[in-house]
Amino acid sequence: MKIHLKVWRQRNGESKGYLEDHQVEADEHMSFLEMMDVLNEDLVSKKETPVAFEHDCREGICGSCNMVINGQPHGPDSGTTTCQLHMRSFKDGDTVVVEPWRAVAFPVIKDLIVDRSSFDRIIQAGGYISVNTGQAQDGNAIPIEKGRSAFAMDAAECIGCGACVAACPNASAMLFTSAKVAHLGTMPQGEVEQSTRVQSMVKQMDLEGFGMCSNTGACEAECPKGISITNIALMNRQYAGSVLGSEKSV
Amino acid sequence: MELKSNIPEGKIATKWENYRGKMNLVAPNNKRRLEIIVVGTGLAGASAAATFGELGYKVKCFTFHDSPRRAHSIAAQGGINAAKNYQNDGDSVYRLFYDTVKGGDYRSREANVHRLAEVSRNIIDQCVAQGVPFAREYGGLLANRSFGGVQVSRTFYARGQTGQQLLLGAYQALSRQISLGNVEMYNRHEMLDLVKIDGKARGIIARNMLTGKSERFPAHCVVLATGGYGNVFYLSTNAMGSNVTAAWRAVKKGALMANPCYTQIHPTCIPVSGEYQSKLTLMSESLRNDGRVWVPNKVEDAEAIQRGEKTALDIEESDRDYYLERRYPAFGNLVPRDVASRAAKVACDEGKGVSKTGLAVYLDFAAAIQRYGKSAAISQGIKNPNDDKIIELGEAVVKEKYGNLFQMYEKITAENPYKMPMKIYPAVHYTMGGVWVDYNLETNVPGLFCLGEANFSDHGANRLGASALMQGLADGYFVIPYTVGPFLSKEIRTPQIDANSPEFLAAEKETNEKLERLIKIQGNQSVESFHRRLGKIMWEYCGMARDAEGLKKGRQMIRDLRAEFYNDVFVPGEVNEFNPELEKASRVADFLELGEVMMLDALDRDESCGGHFRSEYASEEGEAKRNDEDYAYVAAWEWDEIEPKVHKEHLEFKDIELKTRSYK
Ligand SMILES: Cc1cc2nc3c(=O)[nH]c(=O)nc-3n(C[C@H](O)[C@H](O)[C@H](O)COP(=O)(O)OP(=O)(O)OC[C@H]3O[C@@H](n4cnc5c(N)ncnc54)[C@H](O)[C@@H]3O)c2cc1C
Ligand code: FES
Repeated sequence: MKIHLKVWRQRNGESKGYLEDHQVEADEHMSFLEMMDVLNEDLVSKKETPVAFEHDCREGICGSCNMVINGQPHGPDSGTTTCQLHMRSFKDGDTVVVEPWRAVAFPVIKDLIVDRSSFDRIIQAGGYISVNTGQAQDGNAIPIEKGRSAFAMDAAECIGCGACVAACPNASAMLFTSAKVAHLGTMPQGEVEQSTRVQSMVKQMDLEGFGMCSNTGACEAECPKGISITNIALMNRQYAGSVLGSEKSV
Repeated sequence: MELKSNIPEGKIATKWENYRGKMNLVAPNNKRRLEIIVVGTGLAGASAAATFGELGYKVKCFTFHDSPRRAHSIAAQGGINAAKNYQNDGDSVYRLFYDTVKGGDYRSREANVHRLAEVSRNIIDQCVAQGVPFAREYGGLLANRSFGGVQVSRTFYARGQTGQQLLLGAYQALSRQISLGNVEMYNRHEMLDLVKIDGKARGIIARNMLTGKSERFPAHCVVLATGGYGNVFYLSTNAMGSNVTAAWRAVKKGALMANPCYTQIHPTCIPVSGEYQSKLTLMSESLRNDGRVWVPNKVEDAEAIQRGEKTALDIEESDRDYYLERRYPAFGNLVPRDVASRAAKVACDEGKGVSKTGLAVYLDFAAAIQRYGKSAAISQGIKNPNDDKIIELGEAVVKEKYGNLFQMYEKITAENPYKMPMKIYPAVHYTMGGVWVDYNLETNVPGLFCLGEANFSDHGANRLGASALMQGLADGYFVIPYTVGPFLSKEIRTPQIDANSPEFLAAEKETNEKLERLIKIQGNQSVESFHRRLGKIMWEYCGMARDAEGLKKGRQMIRDLRAEFYNDVFVPGEVNEFNPELEKASRVADFLELGEVMMLDALDRDESCGGHFRSEYASEEGEAKRNDEDYAYVAAWEWDEIEPKVHKEHLEFKDIELKTRSYK
């Protein structure tokens, strides 16, 4: 199959980017990234600079890959990362536009690669349980209800790719942040620190320049792992509660 | 060179405890002055860096990824072992120790493995405390599943994303230390050299991948936790970025590469579908809890399937060969990986493969769906359910257990594994070989330590499923924080290491020259094309079955390919910029040397053991034939461009009797 690609090229953070046209001969069994490999092999054979894109596991778990394909983060298929997308989702002769995530808090580094270290800093602000190595009690000391643990796991499945931010018209990081808040706060081990956790993570999120959440639900729709926006509602409630709580304690 | 394993005296069961109780420690006020570099943020690196930070050391931590959370450990699916005996099925520290030594075909170090089994229990406790959402039973207690090569149920899991959840736990612990200022994190920094001063490891040269500049980083000691080198085969289940560079550069500075030919070929992966393929996808071993492996009995049936004229569903029950159940009745589908992989190869070599290429076997869930469906009907009080109902109920149970794996399979192959058996074939997955370390996880270079998949220490010639996660976290959380003590306690008077010393400047210069050299070649072939060719040579001559003649040939082919690489590779761009092609080129250059040593190692070992199968050394039934008399040693290789040299550490088995491994 022939694919007409329009790929975002940008030399570095300072330079201006543009869409570059390419023709690629693909096979419907290829993954989208293998199609990009074919393009890059071709560019290298012409002694041109290949398109830089982030990828590693190529099985939808590391959260590295991040392409906006025809306007949709991770492309047309739902519940799928870019690396899991296959060319059988396209037709011979299709024009496909490939761009990086777009958000103030995710500046472009080169071509399709953006800087997502803001996510790390949100976790550093409180996305953990404060327990040192060796301080733990027996793993079965606290039984945790199966449903509760499953709810925590649903939220913990976030791969930190940032599609939620890329999908949001306000480039908000609420889905990412709330998923961690919900994961940790749902487990009894994480309840103790929950109110400081919510406050510091939300504060960091604002500092990084992510936008406000206006409940469009676009994040949930594009999340390759199906993280639910009920996490956002939960975090909002806990945030309100924690602010009130801390006012009381003053 | 004499390789000292430094195994403490005493009984195996109390060795570690006694040693830990008596070893030299570093006092808290001194810890603050001592700097440790940790390279890698997978399970091993992240857990080590976080724990060092908690203890009060000054830590610098490096990863070539954009975030510590993206390390390859994230991709582990099936689970992590621990001798908790929560199932009351007869598990114990001794049994885990025994299973691991036997599973490794008696080529690992007893004392290390016993320690691993001991601390396995602490790992689960620690991870639960961090909030890892392990699977649970209805009563709220932790659930377990079974993995290959054992007869107990000791594997803890978080759906099919155990590695992800464990890594996020370690990443979060690391993030906490970063926020407290105890760990300085360097993302997108790739270690390209080890710096030695007066024979001791004193720092690294790392390239800032954003700017392309090489930078000097000093410390009192260096800990490598840089993962495995399976990508030397080009196609593997490893993440695309996994590579041997950090370990290999250390080897070129005097460390030794131990048992490099011990490669794990995993039996259940999605088969290769085309030339363009960039990587292979694992289907977790946990599937063998419920999936039955088979091929058609008759070659005609297999050929009809290969031509697309028949499918699995057309083959009568009596015309199927459930070859693992037939050959290994005691363990059935849950034999260790090396055994299962070889059996699949044998079946396909006989012409019974079930894909277009003839290189695939079936993994079938129909029986499990029936069984689960029937028991679900009973527990839901459904009387006389019809077939459709049973299948519906059974599929729901299978979906709950393996849903994400089935979905992954369907995404890649566009086939529905609930209705049609999966097609699977062995693929390169893990490397048991790695940097040689002693009991303290210290290499032969004083002050250089190595953890996780990057070292060679615990799995012998074959690793059991769910034991790599266990080893990574054991090394990082519970071993290295103690075992740096004997080295660092002698360094408390050593002032900060000077990054402007001649050794650092020389290493930096050398690193830059190597990179410049790659760019200057300006040849005509892509880095990728060399990597792919190397992979083919490795798979052909150093893959599932090897023989002396092939290995000699393979070695020469790699040497030729290396020469061609340095003549004709094309690397675009410049050194001092963000340049992913250059990163790849520098990694492939190292693979081109490692590959040669792997061939040599496989050639040196005139026996078959675990994942190393030499066709010349097989029993009549085709099982691996070990030679304990001559080969019960660790082969640790010193690099040399002309003729790499082997050093041997003899393995002693005092607590487990050396026996022919049998799963029959
Ligand atoms: C698909 C798959 C599934 C698996 N499933 C299981 C399972 O269910 N159970 C199990 O026990 N095991 C499993 N394994 C094996 C297990 O995941 C790995 O062996 C283990 O995670 C390795 O951890 P590590 O910390 O040693 O290295 P890695 O996780 O590979 O981490 C290496 C780190 O080193 C860094 N690094 C490497 N080189 C450099 C350099 N030069 N400079 C700077 N940084 C560098 C990387 O950035 C990364 O942070 C699986 C493996 C695969 C491939
Ligand atoms: S490359 Fe890892 S999620 Fe896509």
